[in-house]
Amino acid sequence: MTTDSVDDDKRRFIATAATTAVGVVGAGFVAVPFIKSMQPSEKAKAAGAPVETDISDVEPGKYKVVEWRGKPVWVLRRTKAMLASLSSNDASLRDPESKESDQPSYAQNEYRSIKPEYLVVIGICTHLGCSPTYRPDIAPEDLGPDWKGGYLCPCHGGRYDLAGRVFKDVPPPKNLPIPPHRYLSDTRLLIGADEGVA
Amino acid sequence: MVKMMTDMLGWVDDRFPLTKLWNEHLAEYYAPKNFNFWYFFGSLALVVLVIQILTGIWLTMNYKPDAELAFASVEYIMRDVNWGWLIRYMHSTGASAFFIVVYLHMFRGLIYGSYRQPRELLWIFGMLIYLVLMGEAFMGYLLPWGQMSYWGAQVIISLFGAIPVIGDDITLWIRGDFVVSDVTLNRFFAFHVIAMPLVLLGLVVAHIIALHEVGSNNPDGIEIKKNKGPDGIPVDGIPFHPYYTVKDIVGVAVFLIFFSLVIFYWPTLGNWFLEKDNFIPANPLSTPEHIVPLWYFTPFYAILRAVPDKFLGVIAMGASIFVMFLLPWLDRSPVKSIRYRGMLYKMALIVFVISFFALGWLGTEPPSPVKTNFARLFSVLYFAFFLLMPIYTSFDKTKPEPDRVTS
Repeated sequence: MTTDSVDDDKRRFIATAATTAVGVVGAGFVAVPFIKSMQPSEKAKAAGAPVETDISDVEPGKYKVVEWRGKPVWVLRRTKAMLASLSSNDASLRDPESKESDQPSYAQNEYRSIKPEYLVVIGICTHLGCSPTYRPDIAPEDLGPDWKGGYLCPCHGGRYDLAGRVFKDVPPPKNLPIPPHRYLSDTRLLIGADEGVA
Repeated sequence: MVKMMTDMLGWVDDRFPLTKLWNEHLAEYYAPKNFNFWYFFGSLALVVLVIQILTGIWLTMNYKPDAELAFASVEYIMRDVNWGWLIRYMHSTGASAFFIVVYLHMFRGLIYGSYRQPRELLWIFGMLIYLVLMGEAFMGYLLPWGQMSYWGAQVIISLFGAIPVIGDDITLWIRGDFVVSDVTLNRFFAFHVIAMPLVLLGLVVAHIIALHEVGSNNPDGIEIKKNKGPDGIPVDGIPFHPYYTVKDIVGVAVFLIFFSLVIFYWPTLGNWFLEKDNFIPANPLSTPEHIVPLWYFTPFYAILRAVPDKFLGVIAMGASIFVMFLLPWLDRSPVKSIRYRGMLYKMALIVFVISFFALGWLGTEPPSPVKTNFARLFSVLYFAFFLLMPIYTSFDKTKPEPDRVTS
């Protein structure tokens, strides 16, 4: 058996614990490259260049879709009636002043845009990432008599008004995000950057 | 000749426990003699697993996990690869068949109390298999790179975005890109064809080892091991082989009849097994009018939609699956099998089954105010079945269990 001064069980326990601890730390270090390997690659990170688009062909009440970073960006040309109807939605919106939502500071206003006429918005529902459908029709049967035009998400029934502001009592937590953008001229729009040259 | 075979077996047995394994798991594994048709579904799940692995390997021979090529490579398999259409339809039908068989297998466990002590771990292994199967099915569904593939993945990955603070980083990490892209497709392929199947196989082995350790339950929910003959064999037990192997082969034959009918005559099963929107190539700029997951996810999807808050909706959906893990500890009834349970439990079970089917149907429907209210009602009933179980099973008026199994 053991000598009086040496506790073999304790020694063995300490040796086992120390070995295990070092092993776990090693495994932790090895896990890092495997986990980081699944992060976006340099190539994926680089593919976010701004896109330029011509908006002269968008008629009032219509919109065009521009692809930016793989996502649909809508450029909606709102009519005077559409703009006038926006404020009447305020009471039934979750975040009417866009305080909790994502947009550049120059788009955090009544119309959520630089020029009231044009809404530039990322067409991805803030709920679970579907792309909502444009529903400009007033008070259609399926959306009820209070509908003044807006966006309806086909996935989970999310509703937004014509400034991309989300209504209460539907799942999306935030208004549709506004991408950084600026006007290069009256008809040329740059999406994805708001300063410098394209 | 016979002697030579015996000698050869002896040679192997001295080096590998072949006969021992055979006896422990088949020839001398004593199963209750009163199994009914509900007991087909375990072995059928194994058959479907083999079908999926086999057809899956053959599909990878021609499939291309590349966003530019994926959709076309599936069409290539369907049109130009010899017998490709058959192998692909076996795999797509097999996915739905897997869930049908597993749901029936789980329901069997529910009605006969197969999750009860001492089979709690067996149930947990089974639930883990179910979870991995859901992951496997979800990732596999992205591979054809159709509209439903794309937007389904977009929605499910976005679920993780509901987690406070770290949610967005997690979704980015899962996708490996800022949107569902070629990167996502490529890694889902890796998970679908190797990572998940490996885990699945390991869990299936654990499930079977646990089953053979504690022994099978039966429609009477009584323990046959409590009543052993002088030879130490349960009096109500019969060797799994040949009795149940032969019985299960009959089950397989019947299953294959239905399986073949679907494959050869109705592979889409009217939009239930293959959705028509998935025959349109993925378009990141436009979500299909009406996006739904495949039928096996729709009950949980309906629960997700019923909650008017993103984070709480995701929590409710997760809870609806997690709560099943707790079944062994929620059930306080003195009896296991529905045969000896009282009216309270039977009523609760009927309500649960109706809720599950109703949610499954509502999950396939476009959302509307009326349907959302129904989804809320059935979600509450779904959870009530589990959460009120400790109460109604302790008050329930049960019948006495028999000493021996009945037929």
